[in-house]
Amino acid sequence: MDLEYGPEYDEFRSEVINFIKENEDVKVSGPMRDESRINWQQKLIDHGYFARSVPKEYGGYGGDMDIIKLRIIAEEFAKSPIPKAMGGQGIQMLVPTLLSLGTEEQKQQYIRPTLRGEMIWCQGYSEPNSGSDLASLQTKGELDGDEWVINGQKIWTSTAQLAQMCFILVRTEPDAPKHQGISYLLMPMDSEGIDRRPIKQMTGDSDFNELFLTDVRIPAENIVGKRGEGWQVANATLGHERGSLADPNVTQNRLNSLIDLMKTETIDGQRVIDKPIFRDRLLAIQGRLMAQQSNALRILSSQINEGQDATLAKFIVKLQGTELRHELEGLAIDAMGELGTLYEDSPHLRDHGAWQQTYMYYLGLIIGGGTNQIQKNIISERALGMPKEPKVQGA
Amino acid sequence: MYFGLSEEQKSLEENISKFLSDNAPLDTIKAVANGEEEKAEEIHKGIIELGLSGIMVPESYGGLELNMLFATVVSSALGSGTAPVPYIGAYVMAPLAISLAGDEDQKNEWLPKIAGGEKVIGVGLSEFVGAREDAGIEFDKGKVTGRSLFLIDGKNADAYLLANKSGELFLIDASSKGIKVTELVTVDKTRTSVELTLDKVDATLLPGTSDLSVIEKVLDAGRLMLSADTVGASQVMLDKAVAYSLERKQFGRLIGSFQAVKHMCAEMAAELEPCHSMIWHAAHSQDSSAEDARLMACQTKAHVSEVGKQVSKTATEVHGGMGFTDELGLHYWFKRIGLNRQLLGSPELIREEAGKLQGFDQ
Ligand SMILES: Cc1cc2nc3c(=O)[nH]c(=O)nc-3n(C[C@H](O)[C@H](O)[C@H](O)COP(=O)(O)OP(=O)(O)OC[C@H]3O[C@@H](n4cnc5c(N)ncnc54)[C@H](O)[C@@H]3O)c2cc1C
Repeated sequence: MDLEYGPEYDEFRSEVINFIKENEDVKVSGPMRDESRINWQQKLIDHGYFARSVPKEYGGYGGDMDIIKLRIIAEEFAKSPIPKAMGGQGIQMLVPTLLSLGTEEQKQQYIRPTLRGEMIWCQGYSEPNSGSDLASLQTKGELDGDEWVINGQKIWTSTAQLAQMCFILVRTEPDAPKHQGISYLLMPMDSEGIDRRPIKQMTGDSDFNELFLTDVRIPAENIVGKRGEGWQVANATLGHERGSLADPNVTQNRLNSLIDLMKTETIDGQRVIDKPIFRDRLLAIQGRLMAQQSNALRILSSQINEGQDATLAKFIVKLQGTELRHELEGLAIDAMGELGTLYEDSPHLRDHGAWQQTYMYYLGLIIGGGTNQIQKNIISERALGMPKEPKVQGA
Repeated sequence: MYFGLSEEQKSLEENISKFLSDNAPLDTIKAVANGEEEKAEEIHKGIIELGLSGIMVPESYGGLELNMLFATVVSSALGSGTAPVPYIGAYVMAPLAISLAGDEDQKNEWLPKIAGGEKVIGVGLSEFVGAREDAGIEFDKGKVTGRSLFLIDGKNADAYLLANKSGELFLIDASSKGIKVTELVTVDKTRTSVELTLDKVDATLLPGTSDLSVIEKVLDAGRLMLSADTVGASQVMLDKAVAYSLERKQFGRLIGSFQAVKHMCAEMAAELEPCHSMIWHAAHSQDSSAEDARLMACQTKAHVSEVGKQVSKTATEVHGGMGFTDELGLHYWFKRIGLNRQLLGSPELIREEAGKLQGFDQ
């Protein structure tokens, strides 16, 4: 066991800390693609604090793939309230996919604007009848000359209302077994034949959508990987999504805000944090978070030390992280009591209603990205080696 | 020995459920949540016709003089239907307080009108339970000054029943000078909430509230009603989850055939089933002035709130992405349970009180 990253990293860490100090007052605001966001994103890229290992020619920083440096950046940014780099499905899922499986043209065309936050993507995987059983998806893609013609329906497509592009799974080989008949396509959202209907969520926002696709034509070259290999391509990035839905560093940031909240809110003049019952709940959550952070270090270590296995450690991240986050937000509500139920534009509202909003949103993320029941199936079957449930004939 | 609801209580519950399923289906609840207040007013009229405004009013003042167990049955049915109507404050806590502690004039003035559905009284005990935002009211020479948050049934009320920190209760006419009413917006759009700011407003003391016994009874009643509302709402969420699991197929199977889904439902049922008994028992303890009536009311509110939180989360999960949508509307129950949890004390605060009741703080 050696927790020192090494002296060369101390210097790097102080660089990061200095950068954060110098930029403490930076504010980004407005919708996605707002100039302030894009400028900040570019600044982070220029300093290597975002897209660090993405080659320069594709719009990244072009640094070495030094996971410890990435970790230091994440740690230091988590401690500070300065704006974080933009995320989203394009950045977290599509870019890694293109980097490993995309053609040179695709990398040239898509990675830079995606990293800068100018090009927003949505993920067209789920269908009304294919959620947990994603591989049963039925949206069709047929090659007609030099175009794919797409017909079908997608649902729960987050941020489709903002997106210019969609990475979509379609069935192109209807006669192949279900996992071998899918292809991974890149579909411009302004294509003709896309009818998008927003779906309102329990939070009151409408961040996800239904997409009705009728004879949508896209160029034949807009395929990542080979025909029929879309399932493997998608799986390469589902891992990225699951990790990013519940990053302990982000939760750390939220825990800091919760501590502040509990120091400010009072009951009969007494600070909530001074009430042992609430303080204990806070500390229990902190303990769980620390365990998850240690787990993240182990995953990190497995990435830089060949032969170290962290399979199980990785498989639990989404399950544990989303549950913890949901509970953390719930504690904030309890700490505020009745004030914690306030929403929208109510007087006395705290943090613009973010605690309630996020409490519900994380219930959504317990479901999204592969439900937590499916996560448990994965943990037991893939990491613990337990047998799969018997399959139903023909399914 | 018979532990359970009487035929009369069961039929009351059925009547309310029938009324609500006929007159307040989900589309109507949605319309109310989106601001169509007239629709809520219609439902309110309907429950008055069912006699619900009079259940806690003594017969001699024109009411039905039913007991706490009946009131619990009603509250549970209203929670099941996420009914957008005044009840817990206006028709349980307020008439109880006035009957127990009002003088003859106050009783004559308010009780018949409550029973008849002519007057709604909003109830503000939050500051007695635990003051936030430095809220609180002072009573001096017939005038009340201060601030009260989260009045139950306080929107469009004709009068307010408020408590000061020492547990005295006051009635204020809503048309009096010096009152500012601010609407509070919570996640639960099936009920309303307001804040009052009071500047030397005329108030009359309920003379019987010089010791804590009355406010405690009123608080117990309110907490029991909130618990019953949560139990009713939770039961619906569980029922919906089971029903959905018998419709939805994935991997060529009904999702209800996955042990994971069965266990989620079984766990909800295992937690929730005793809560029905618990609210009846706690209500009966109030009715029979049992020695542990207060403790039961506290523990019921705290425990049911925890179970409700778990059930509302799990039932949503069983629905997958659908559970997270506005359209399915499951969230109306989810949010109602969420608000009930915080009103009149969150579980931690109430358990603290339960400890004190047993002298654990000595
Ligand atoms: C907030 C949010 C954002 C989303 N964003 C996107 C997006 O951008 N793009 C996209 O393509 N999709 C997105 N989704 C969809 C998400 O991936 C699906 O909702 C999820 O995979 C579950 O599918 P389902 O909704 O069809 O539920 P179902 O699969 O019908 O599941 C219903 C219930 O059955 C259980 N279940 C199903 N199969 C099994 C099994 N084998 N064993 C045990 N239990 C089982 C589930 O755990 C769940 O409790 C999003 C969802 C949410 C909630």
